Amino acid sequence: MTARRVVVTGLGAITSLGHNVKEFRESIFAGRSGIRPLTCAETSKLRFTNGAEVVGFQPEDHFDAKLLDQLDRFTQFGLVAAEEAVRSSGLEITPEVKPRVGVVTGAAIGGKYFEEQAYSGLFANTRRPHPLTIPRGMSNAAASQIAMRLGFTGPVLNVSTACASANHAIAQAVMMLRLNVADVILAGGCEAPLLPGHLKMWEGLRVVSSDTCRPFSKDRKGMILGEGGAMLLLEDLDHAKSRGAMILGEVAGFGMSADAHHLTQPSAAGAAQAIDAALRDANIQPAQVGYVNAHGTGTLINDSTETEALRIVFREHADQLAVSSTKSMHGHTLGAAGAIEAVATVLALKEGVLPPTANFTEPDPACDLDVIPNEARRAQVEYAISNSFAFGGLNAVLVFKRWD
Amino acid sequence: MSETIEQKVIQVIAQSQKVPVETVTRDTTFEEIGMTSLDALALIFDLEEEFNISIPNEEAMGLRTVREAVESVTKLLGEG
Repeated sequence: MTARRVVVTGLGAITSLGHNVKEFRESIFAGRSGIRPLTCAETSKLRFTNGAEVVGFQPEDHFDAKLLDQLDRFTQFGLVAAEEAVRSSGLEITPEVKPRVGVVTGAAIGGKYFEEQAYSGLFANTRRPHPLTIPRGMSNAAASQIAMRLGFTGPVLNVSTACASANHAIAQAVMMLRLNVADVILAGGCEAPLLPGHLKMWEGLRVVSSDTCRPFSKDRKGMILGEGGAMLLLEDLDHAKSRGAMILGEVAGFGMSADAHHLTQPSAAGAAQAIDAALRDANIQPAQVGYVNAHGTGTLINDSTETEALRIVFREHADQLAVSSTKSMHGHTLGAAGAIEAVATVLALKEGVLPPTANFTEPDPACDLDVIPNEARRAQVEYAISNSFAFGGLNAVLVFKRWD
Repeated sequence: MSETIEQKVIQVIAQSQKVPVETVTRDTTFEEIGMTSLDALALIFDLEEEFNISIPNEEAMGLRTVREAVESVTKLLGEG
């Protein structure tokens, strides 16, 4: 039996760049950043004021009042992205299909919206926690609500590995599809971390930029937190062909590793091991890769360490690689990051346009790669990789292939 | 059964369950207005807040109708 191949047949995204894939696509190819002054939380007592916030989103337009009562903001993002992905895939949800469709989400912090309110009321002795605080906030709430809303009864789970959650989720989905546990899996991630308590906790880590996110730029000052969700409809190739689906790209492989080194400091060796494992899984040579959607958080240490990791794996081909961090536009959405970047990568391969690293000002010798500064570039690329490296030293790298 | 308690309970139910207040009477069952066990949890919480009472678990789990909710609230308020 030959291994089952996994293709992408649907995409959905809600980010600071817009509420659907069309708006997201226009922004990333235009190099337009969604980083702005935060409106959803008081910033006067914070050392940063900007974020990649989803603005103009009216949950009431998507969910009836009674359902909305159950939905944390991160779940709302997951549902919106999931419905768009399924709609765009043309998948018909019949009784025969339902048990063969699964959902794998990535969520790093899970639902904190109501939880923060609950704690603040509880500790100030002003309000009791709402009785649904637990099921609203559990990290699998989005996965479960997606399954309930769309009627999918196959394997449904959430993966939580900090900033690599969505990449691990997509890798998990690919594994399950290869193993014939399901024919279709909606995989991705969603996160809503722009909350008073959570922002304050990030401030304490001193990794958030006081202006914007400038990955690989010499004057970079750190990451910018973002919120949103993205889902990819992943499907067994034969299943996709049999229903005449439009194939947008292939997930050709994945690689995972742990630094086993430090809670927050990245390691080039650990990242390189994951990239190398991904290329091996996809059964390709480094020189076949033309584009890297970098983890590229915009912190001093991430970007130089990631550069080092890419140089370890790609050696002389590293100078031929086009590398960009789309976090410069949609921010760092933690558990959703890998999913949003997977959508960017699939679009880049499909359309032959590589999204830029926005907000770029000045090259850094410690990040001496072609980082596609500020302007998108036309390029037909056969393979691309997308990196995610998490706090805790957990790495997950995906390989995507253009579908001709 | 105090009329004002009943009216207040009905208002809380309508608001909590997002149904028009006219559709709720003392004879309405929770099932009739589409309430699930989660909805009942939220309703009990809202009743506790409104009347500043604490409904014990065994009592809360047994509530199935508006009439039972009104009786429970009335009893806990010591007005029964």
